[in-house]
Amino acid sequence: MSQLTLSKAIGAGLRRALADDDHVMLMGEDIGELGGVFRVTDGLKHEFGPERVVDTPLAEAGIVGTAIGLAFRGYRPVCEIQFDGFIYPAFDQIVAQVAKLHARTNGAVKMPLTIRVPFGGAIGSVEHHSESPEAYFAHTAGLRVVSPSNPQDAYDMIRQAIASEDPVMYFEPKRRYWAKGEVDLEHVPLALDKAHVAREGSDVTLIAYGPLVMTALDAAEAAADEDVSVEVIDLRSLSPIDFDTIEDSVNKTGRVVITHEAAQFAGLGAEIAATITDRCFYSLEAPPQRVTGFNTPYPPAKLEEHFVPDLDRILDAVDRTVGRENSLTGFVAR
Amino acid sequence: MRTGLSEKTSTAVSTPNDGASSDAPVQLLTADGVRIESPEYDTWVEDLTKDDLLSIYEDMVVVRRFDNEATALQRQGQLGLWPPSLGQEAAQIGSARTLRKDDFVFTSYREHGVAYERGVRLEDMTKVWRGTANSGWDPFTVGMATPAVIIGAQTLHATGYAMGIKRDKADSVAVAYFGDGATSQGDVNEAMIFAASFKVPVIFFCQNNQWAISEPVGVQTVRPIADRAPGFNIPSIRVDGNDVLAVMAAMRVALERARSGGGATFIEAVTYRMGPHTTSDDPSRYEDLGEHQEWAAKDPIKRFETYLDGLGLLTDKVRESVKLAEDDAAKRFRAACIALIDPEPLTVFDNVYAEPNSGLERQKREFAAYLSYVEGTER
Repeated sequence: MSQLTLSKAIGAGLRRALADDDHVMLMGEDIGELGGVFRVTDGLKHEFGPERVVDTPLAEAGIVGTAIGLAFRGYRPVCEIQFDGFIYPAFDQIVAQVAKLHARTNGAVKMPLTIRVPFGGAIGSVEHHSESPEAYFAHTAGLRVVSPSNPQDAYDMIRQAIASEDPVMYFEPKRRYWAKGEVDLEHVPLALDKAHVAREGSDVTLIAYGPLVMTALDAAEAAADEDVSVEVIDLRSLSPIDFDTIEDSVNKTGRVVITHEAAQFAGLGAEIAATITDRCFYSLEAPPQRVTGFNTPYPPAKLEEHFVPDLDRILDAVDRTVGRENSLTGFVAR
Repeated sequence: MRTGLSEKTSTAVSTPNDGASSDAPVQLLTADGVRIESPEYDTWVEDLTKDDLLSIYEDMVVVRRFDNEATALQRQGQLGLWPPSLGQEAAQIGSARTLRKDDFVFTSYREHGVAYERGVRLEDMTKVWRGTANSGWDPFTVGMATPAVIIGAQTLHATGYAMGIKRDKADSVAVAYFGDGATSQGDVNEAMIFAASFKVPVIFFCQNNQWAISEPVGVQTVRPIADRAPGFNIPSIRVDGNDVLAVMAAMRVALERARSGGGATFIEAVTYRMGPHTTSDDPSRYEDLGEHQEWAAKDPIKRFETYLDGLGLLTDKVRESVKLAEDDAAKRFRAACIALIDPEPLTVFDNVYAEPNSGLERQKREFAAYLSYVEGTER
């Protein structure tokens, strides 16, 4: 066991993958000498050489597009997109090429790419540095989308993502990079597509992933003080979603709150709520609630505390599901 | 700083629609089929035997016939769509014939001549256009990726593949085929940046066929396309794309550079799209008939035929055997294409993922239940 920050845990997973398989290589902007703007790849260039830890030209489509060619050649590239909001120039290469090549070639060509994306807000940064674009990719057939919430998962899931024969979008909760936790480097990890019940409860199911899992756990703790027992599910995999774990929980609690930083409209919360309504209709005691970012551009830093779901907004939604007084009591929508 | 290769060629060819070019493309055969000397390029094709020449000729004839058959099959409702390669046979076959089996090709969707040279079966080229499969062949058995429809995307794949070749310390080469329209795409420019920075064995083979659907090449560039590459520190060659010998020579120069560690080359093959963009297109709305006829006079097969005839190679026996070859290919292709069977409904879920996927598997099970329910109801 080691005590690691989440960023160091990803770095440890990358180091392990590079050491285990000569075909693994890292590609991205500033990942070599600098170790990445978040230092996730710190030291790896010196350890494995510039041919395996490649500082690329500043071109996201180029990074992913050349990684595709390398995959054709038998390599397992791990691409770093420096920030969430920088991923759009690579959108075609990801959704029209990486995602579809296995199907397009009738299964002949595998695309075992991993695309690492630091995502999410609440870091006081400027435009394009705090976005949550995961739904675009979860919507795309052929991609797997995952997001760890803690150092142990960060370490396990980056290794599983690299080992996967499918392309994996690996969304890193950047504001939790410095969160510390125990990491067992040798245990048998949970399957990559499985959700994890991070805290058991009986009244309300609270579903979160990535950066909001910690917030959700805090909210569950606060709710317990008010005698509401909240079960927290850390989704981990956003595509596919482990609906069996969700179903079991909601059938037990009858109430559900889903939270993510991404905008609400056509987001993952909508998909989860729809599926829960379908599968757990007769267990539901209240309509599924969503606590999300707004359908606005990510706001300036001085407004982001209102945009990013926090403990109070989550508890307000919990109150809605259990019929307690809340912000919408008496609210007339139309 | 061009390579210096094309500037010194002495014989000009008229290219009325190739932008603002003052540079004459490399040419070894005039439009009239006259072999002209080129001290720089002659050596690159001097090994070609009579049999080689006849085999090149036959391939061009067969591919043109196949292409025409495919167009006809589209008109008969057997294909949903078809993008003819008519007029580009020399550029495609000349370039692809120079490749080794361990080279790897990434193309756009019009490169039927390239696919033919790589060993793709004719009917397999039409599976996508008949709608019976996502693609027609296994890229690894022929060293050619299945075509990229998104314009220019494949140039990055070729460059990445070449990065892999270099890391493997192999002497294979990756080739990206694309058109004049693609040169406006960011991907193509990014590919050249990566190729130059990492000095990898890739060839950018641009068929400037003068048209991107209805847009003439002048919309994409006001200078010869080949002039762009030197700005990336990639040497370029502008070659008469309807001259199969010149195309082979240029390609061999590029291959030699790539195999010996010299990095990328950009080849602009100046040719002409004699057919529509696809069978859904109507060039009469934008194409000048006079220009079309000018290019018809520079036909790649006709000129090669004249040249071979002048060499005394086109005996009656040879003509007859070529005719037999194209007839036979056409007949077999038509039968095989029409015999392509529609896929089963549930195969829509195949190969989306390489590993089991719980979300998709549930959708598949539900759809299977629906299918058997409907089937049961109908009975």
